Amino acid sequence: MRVRLLDLCHARSGDKGDTANIGLIARKPEYFPLIVREITAERVRNHFAGIVRGSVERYELPNLGALNFVLHEALGGGGTLSLRNDAQGKTLAAALLRMELDVDKDLLLK
Amino acid sequence: MKEMIRIASGQGFWGDLQRAPVDQVRNGPIDYLVMDYLAEVTMSILQKQRKKDPALGYARDFIPLMDEILPTVMAKGIRVITNGGGVNPIACSEAVLALARKHGIPGVRVGVVLGDDILPSLDALLAQGHELRHMETGEPLRSIRDRVQSANVYFGAGPIVEALRQGANIVITGRTTDTGLTLAPMMAEFGWQPDDWNRLAAGTIAGHILECGAQASGGNFSADWEHVPDLARVGFPIAEAHPNGEVVITKHLGTGGRVSRQTVTEQLVYEIGDPRQYITPDCVADFSSIHLEEVGPDRVRVFGITGAPSTEFYKVSASFSDGYTAIGTLTYSWPDALAKAQKADEILRTRLKDLGLTYEEIHSEFLGFNSSHGPLSPLPVEANEIVLRIGVRDHRFDAVERFGRELAPLILTGPPSVTGFAGGRPKPAEVVSYWPALLPKTAVQPRVQILES
Repeated sequence: MRVRLLDLCHARSGDKGDTANIGLIARKPEYFPLIVREITAERVRNHFAGIVRGSVERYELPNLGALNFVLHEALGGGGTLSLRNDAQGKTLAAALLRMELDVDKDLLLK
Repeated sequence: MKEMIRIASGQGFWGDLQRAPVDQVRNGPIDYLVMDYLAEVTMSILQKQRKKDPALGYARDFIPLMDEILPTVMAKGIRVITNGGGVNPIACSEAVLALARKHGIPGVRVGVVLGDDILPSLDALLAQGHELRHMETGEPLRSIRDRVQSANVYFGAGPIVEALRQGANIVITGRTTDTGLTLAPMMAEFGWQPDDWNRLAAGTIAGHILECGAQASGGNFSADWEHVPDLARVGFPIAEAHPNGEVVITKHLGTGGRVSRQTVTEQLVYEIGDPRQYITPDCVADFSSIHLEEVGPDRVRVFGITGAPSTEFYKVSASFSDGYTAIGTLTYSWPDALAKAQKADEILRTRLKDLGLTYEEIHSEFLGFNSSHGPLSPLPVEANEIVLRIGVRDHRFDAVERFGRELAPLILTGPPSVTGFAGGRPKPAEVVSYWPALLPKTAVQPRVQILES
C-alpha cells in the first residue's frame, strides 16, 4: 500500500552555510530496514529537484534508527545571502516527509 | 570526586526564552548553568557595537539575567559558563563584577577566556603564511581581506577547564564551541585528561544535546508535537553527568515539555554532517556509537560513546561585508489570491526590466503556497490569502534601494484586494557573509584571566 514517509518517520532539518541536513528517524525499529532500502541519496536528490542544486550524501545511524542526509547548495546561498523565507532549511525535514512510497501492509500492522 | 554533576542548558541561542535560565537555577538542583549566545553572524554585529563603544561587544542580555540570578547562584554554589563575552569578554566580566558589588556579594571570581579574537592579528597571521582558505571554495582569505568585519577561532573546553580549576564561579568566553561549554565542567570535575577521547566524545555529545535548549526537551519536535505537554512552561534540558562518561538527559520535575528517546534523537541528528566524524577542537566524536535508553519519566540514558583524537586545527569563523538585500511583502486576498499575487510579481519584474535593473539574484515566493516546500507544494484549492514575498540581492546599494521603491506602487497600479504594506519601503540591508577556515592550533594561544570582586 501507498503511504507517506510521514507515517513511518519523524525528522529534523538545519543548516551550515548553503548546506542543509535532514535527520530522518524511523518511528519504529521495524521501519528502519525499509527506509535504508528505499530512501536512497538519489531518491532524495530527485525529490528535491528545483530546491537542491548540489549533491546529496546519506549516512546511516542504525543505533538511532536514523538516516542523515546532507544536501549541498540547498538554501539559495544560505545564511544571510539567501532570499528565501526559510533560509535555514528548517522546513526541509517536513518536505522530505511528503515523499510517498509503497510498503507491505503487514509492516504497518506490526 | 563527585559521583554526578548536573549541567543545565539555559539558552539555545541569543534571544531564546528569557525565563529559562532563571527556571533552571530556581526549580531544582543544578551544579552548572551553560549558555550559548553566539551564532555565526553575531560576531560581526558585536564587532560593530564595540567599534561604536569600547565598553560593548558582548551579549548584553547576559547582564540583566545575572542581575536576577547572581545572588541565587552564589548562594547555591552554581557555576555559570557562557560564550556571551562575544568580542569583548573583559567588558562583559567587568559588568558582572559591578553587579556583584551592587548586590554586596564578596568573592565572586570571574574566569575570562581570551585569545579567540584574531581580527587584530589577522594581517600578521596572513603574513606568516596562514592563508585561511575558505573550507568549501578553497579561496584564500586575502581576496576579501578589506571587507572582513570579524575573525574568531573556535576554542574548545580546554581554557574553560583551566578557569574552573582556578576557582571561577562564572566563566565568560568569546568564540567557544557550544559543546565545549558542557564538556568543560565534566573534565574539570572528573579529572578527564585531554586525550581521554571516549569520555571527551561523551561530554561533547552531551553538549550537542544541550546546545539548542528546549529542542532536546520537546520544542520543535516533529513526531507527535500536538501531544507534548505544557510547552508554555517547557523545561530546558539537564545533563546528569557521571565520571565514566555516561549521561542522563532530563529536566526539572513539574516543568513542561518532554525528554524521550525520540526528542533526544531529533536533537542528535540536528545540524550534523558525517555522524562518525563530529569534529570539535576537543575530539572527534562518533555518533554511530551512541546508545540511548529510557530509564524513567523524562529520563534518557546516553552511553557507550567512543571518540577519536582531535585534529591539529582550530576552525576559524570570519565574517565579511558581501552586498545588500531588500525583501518586501504584499498580501492578496480571495478571490483568486494566488493568481493576483503571481500577476503582481510579473508586473514588478517587468517594471524592473524596463528600468534596466538586473540583480545578482531576484527571488519570489508565495507565502501560503510554496515558500517552505517550493516545487513540492500542492496548488491551493481556494486560498483565502496569499503573501507575495519578493527579494533582491546585489553588491550595488543603489540598485537594491531602487527595488524598494517599486513595491508600494503595486497597491494602486496592480491587481486588487491587496494590503499589508504597513512596514513601508523595504530598505537595503547589508549582507554579512561567513568565511569558514582552518588554522593550526599552534598559531594561537588561549589565555585565561581571573577577575575578582
